[in-house]
Amino acid sequence: MLAQSNLRPHYRRPLLTTPFFERSQYLVETDTYVPWSGYSTPDVFSSVEQEYFAIRNSASVFDLTPMVKYRIVGPDAQRYLNRLITRDVSKLKVNRVAYTVWCNEFGHLIDDGTVFRFGPNEFHLCTAERQLDWFLDSAIGFEVEIREVTDQIAALSLQGPTSCAVLKAMGLSGIENLKLFEMGHYRLGELPLMVSRTGFTGDLGYELWIATEGALDLWDRLMAAGHTRGIRAIGYQALEMARIEAGFVLPNIDFISAARTIRLNRETTPFELGLEWLVALEKGHFNGRRALVEEKARGSRRRLLGIEIAGKKPAHGSLIYDGEKGLRQVGEIKSALWSPTCKRNIALAMIEAPYFSTLKEFWVDIYVHRELLWERRMERAWPVERPFFAPERRKATPAPDR
Amino acid sequence: MSKGYTHIIIGAGHNGLVCAIYLAKSGRKVLVLEASGEVGGAAVTREFAPGFKVSAAAHLLNAMPAELLRELELERHGLQFSALGMPTYALNESGAPIVFAAGAVEGVDAEDAAAFAAFQGQISRLARVVGHVLDMVPFRLSFRTWRERLDGLKLAWKIRALGARDMRELLRIAAMNAYDLLTENFRSSLLKGALGLDATLGAEHSARAPGTVLTLLYRWASQARAGAYGAAQPAGGMGAVTQAMARAAREAGVEIRTGARVKRILVEGDHARGVLLESGETIPAQSIISNADPKTTFLALLGPEYLDTDFVRRIDHFRSKGLVAKVHLALDAAPRFNGVDAAGLAGRLLVSPSLEYLELAFNPSKYREVPANPVLEITVPSIKDPSLAPAGKHVMSINVMFVPYELGADAAGARSQLLSNVLATLERYAPGLRDRITASEVLTPRDLEREFGMAGGHWHHGALAFDQFFVTRPVPGAAGYSTPMPGLYLCGAGSHPGGGVMGIAGRNAARKIIQEGN
Repeated sequence: MLAQSNLRPHYRRPLLTTPFFERSQYLVETDTYVPWSGYSTPDVFSSVEQEYFAIRNSASVFDLTPMVKYRIVGPDAQRYLNRLITRDVSKLKVNRVAYTVWCNEFGHLIDDGTVFRFGPNEFHLCTAERQLDWFLDSAIGFEVEIREVTDQIAALSLQGPTSCAVLKAMGLSGIENLKLFEMGHYRLGELPLMVSRTGFTGDLGYELWIATEGALDLWDRLMAAGHTRGIRAIGYQALEMARIEAGFVLPNIDFISAARTIRLNRETTPFELGLEWLVALEKGHFNGRRALVEEKARGSRRRLLGIEIAGKKPAHGSLIYDGEKGLRQVGEIKSALWSPTCKRNIALAMIEAPYFSTLKEFWVDIYVHRELLWERRMERAWPVERPFFAPERRKATPAPDR
Repeated sequence: MSKGYTHIIIGAGHNGLVCAIYLAKSGRKVLVLEASGEVGGAAVTREFAPGFKVSAAAHLLNAMPAELLRELELERHGLQFSALGMPTYALNESGAPIVFAAGAVEGVDAEDAAAFAAFQGQISRLARVVGHVLDMVPFRLSFRTWRERLDGLKLAWKIRALGARDMRELLRIAAMNAYDLLTENFRSSLLKGALGLDATLGAEHSARAPGTVLTLLYRWASQARAGAYGAAQPAGGMGAVTQAMARAAREAGVEIRTGARVKRILVEGDHARGVLLESGETIPAQSIISNADPKTTFLALLGPEYLDTDFVRRIDHFRSKGLVAKVHLALDAAPRFNGVDAAGLAGRLLVSPSLEYLELAFNPSKYREVPANPVLEITVPSIKDPSLAPAGKHVMSINVMFVPYELGADAAGARSQLLSNVLATLERYAPGLRDRITASEVLTPRDLEREFGMAGGHWHHGALAFDQFFVTRPVPGAAGYSTPMPGLYLCGAGSHPGGGVMGIAGRNAARKIIQEGN
C-alpha cells in the first residue's frame, strides 16, 4: 500500500492543464473551460453541434487525461478487487475491460469506473473521483499495492464511425479485430500505446493510453491520420449529449456518491440505477453485498428509467407527476436531452416506488424561457428502452470503416 | 471426527466457558477450542519460578456478578476463596496509609471521611444504572424488535428513576474527567490518588482525560455487582476460577479441546459454517462464537474479504493497545510495607499517592517510555494462600500502570528499566524488599499479547471509553454479540460490557444466541 506520489505545489496553480494543452489550446475558439478532477478542460471548442456530430458522423477526440487512474498490483489484486467492486473480476480475462460500480456497506454507490486487466495480478481502475483512502482502507488484509497514476498516463478518447479507419491510417494494424471491451497493445515510436475499445458515447470508439511524454506525438499522429476522416477535438458538452443518448449514468448528475451525501436518503444503489447486470451477487462477499441482497428481496425505493417526453423542449431538472394536474410528485428528471440522432425528447428519470413499475405514463413540467418570459408546460412522458441510441457499429467486429 | 457440534467456541477463557455453559444448558452441543495447552485464557495461574505460582494477568476477582457465580455453581465445582472482601490500602511513603474497607475510608480527616460517604452514596446510585447497562444485551438503535424497544424503555426508566438531582449529576459528570470530580470532592492527596487509580486502571489515559469518570463508574458498578464477594482471591489463583468453569462446562455436556488452535473460520454461502484448525482438521457447526478479541476474530480468523471496508476500517481503528504491565516477584520472606498491618498485607495495596503522581506516571507512555515512578496495584496472594509459594516464601503480583504497548527501539532495555523502576518505587514503600527477591517476571502489553493471543495486549481486549462502550462496543455493526457475518458471534471482553474477569460478555452472548434461536 502506498500513498499518492508526486505531490505538486498545487497552490501555485489551482488547476493543471493536461499534456495535450499545448495543442488543444489553439483549437479552443470559445474560451470556455470547466474544471475536472483538478484539471482545466475545454467545455466547447467551437460549436457543440459540430462536435456532437463528429461523434455520431465522423470521429471525435476527447481528452480523457483527468480521469482518475489507479494501478493495482499484487498477489491479492483479484481478490481485492472482487471484494471492492460489484462485478466478478475472476471472469475478467487478461486484456479485457469491464465497466463497474462499487458500494459502501449499505449498498450505496460510491462511484463508477472501468477495470482494465493487464495481467493475472495487474489492473488499472479508472474512476470519476479521487478515493485513494477508500481503496487503501479496502486493502487492509490484502497483499496488494495501489498507486494513483493519473498524471503519468495521457489518454484520448477517439469516438465515432470513422474512428477505426483513423487508427488504421495511423498504422495500428489489426485494430479492426479488437472486440468491444478488449485491450490492444501497440507502439508509438519508443513508447507502448494501449488501445481499448471502450468509450462513453455508445458509439464505435476507442480510448488510447500512453505515457505522458508521448502525448503530443499521439495527438499529432491522430490528427494527421484523421484529417480526411472528419476528426475534431470535442469538449465536455458534446460528450454529455452522446452519453445521455447512450443511457450511461454520470456521478453527481444521475447519482451522488455516498461519500458526498449529507442528507438522508440521497444515496443511490446500483439496483436503483438499473445496473443490476453489474452486481454479481453470486460471486461471494463484496462491499455492500448483504445490503443489496436485502434490497433485492425487499424491492428498491426508486428506479432510474429511460423516458421519452412529448414535444421538443429538453426537460432539464423537471419534476415528474402521476397526472396532468401535477398533484402528486412521483419522481424527477436527472439528465435530459433533445436527441439530434434519435429525433426524440429523451431523459433519465428517477421514479419513486411503486410508481416506476405501476405507471405507464407520467407528466412532466417543463419550464421554457422565451424572450425573457418563463412558460410552464405539462408534457406527457412514458418509459422507453435504454440505451436510447445503440448503433450496430458499436459492437460489430471487425469494426466498420464507416 | 465430527460429532455433530451445533456451536463452536473459539477460546477457553472465562467468557468462552461461561458462554459454553449457558449454551449447553439450553440443549446445544458445544465444542470449545483452546489454542494453548490449558483452559483459562488470561485467567490462569502459572508457575513463573520453581514453586512460585501467580495469577498470570488479572489477580483479583472483583467484577464477576455474585449471581453468575451462583448460577454456574462454581463453588460446587471446586472454586474456593482464600480471601473475600479484601481491603484496599493506599500506601503512604512517609506515614500511615488510608484504608478502604466495608464501604468506608479510614485515615483521612473527618471532612474527607464525610465527603467520601456522600460521594460513595451518590456514585453507588449512579453505578446502579451503569450496572443495569452492564447486564444488558446491547440493543440496536434502530429498535427493530419488540425486545429491543422494551430494553430501551427499561433503561430509560432506570435513568428516570434516579430522580432529577441524580439525573442532573449523571449528565454533569458522565463525560467529565476524574481529576476534576475528585478535586471537587476531596482534599486528601492520598484519597484522590487512590480513587484516580480506580478511574484509570485499564483505561487509555490518566485522570485528567475526559471519560475517566465513566471508567470510575464502570469499576464501581462492576464491583457492586460482585456483592458480598467484594475483591476476592480464588484459592490457587485465578486459574481456579476457569478450572471450576471447565468442570461446570464438562458437566453440562460441553466438550473442551486444548492445544487446538483455530486457523480460520470457514464460510459457506455467506454463513460461518465451521473452523479450520492449525492441524488441518476442519470442524463444522451451525454457529461459531469467538472469545478472541475483535481484531483477531475479524482480521485474522475470518478475514476482511468476508466483511465490508467500512466495517474493517472500524475494527482496524478499534483501540486495543494495552497500557498495563504485570510484574511478578518471588520472595524468600513476607514483605513489610511502611505502616501496613497484617490485614493490609493480605489486601490490595496501591501506590498512587496523588493525582499529580498519577499524571506524571502517565506522561512518559505518550512518548513510548516507561514511567520513572510507576503507579502500582499490588497483592501478595501467598499471605492467604500458602499453596502459591514454598513454605515461608511468598509471591507478589503487581499491576504496573501506564506501560505502553510500543516501547521505542530498545524494547528489552525498556523492560529492564521498567523492572528497576518498579523495584526502586517498591523500595520506598517496603524498604528491604529488594533483598528478598529471588526471581522476577515482567509481562509488558506486548508479552500479554503474545502470551494470551490478545491483539494489543489489552486486558479488556480494547479500551473502555464512551465511543467503545455499550451499543458501540467493539464497533457499530458488531455490538450486541452478533456480527455482520451470519453465524458468527463474539463473546469476549471486546464486546459489551468488557473485561476484567466478569463473565457477563459470555453470558450475554449466549443469551443473544438463544434469543435468536441459533
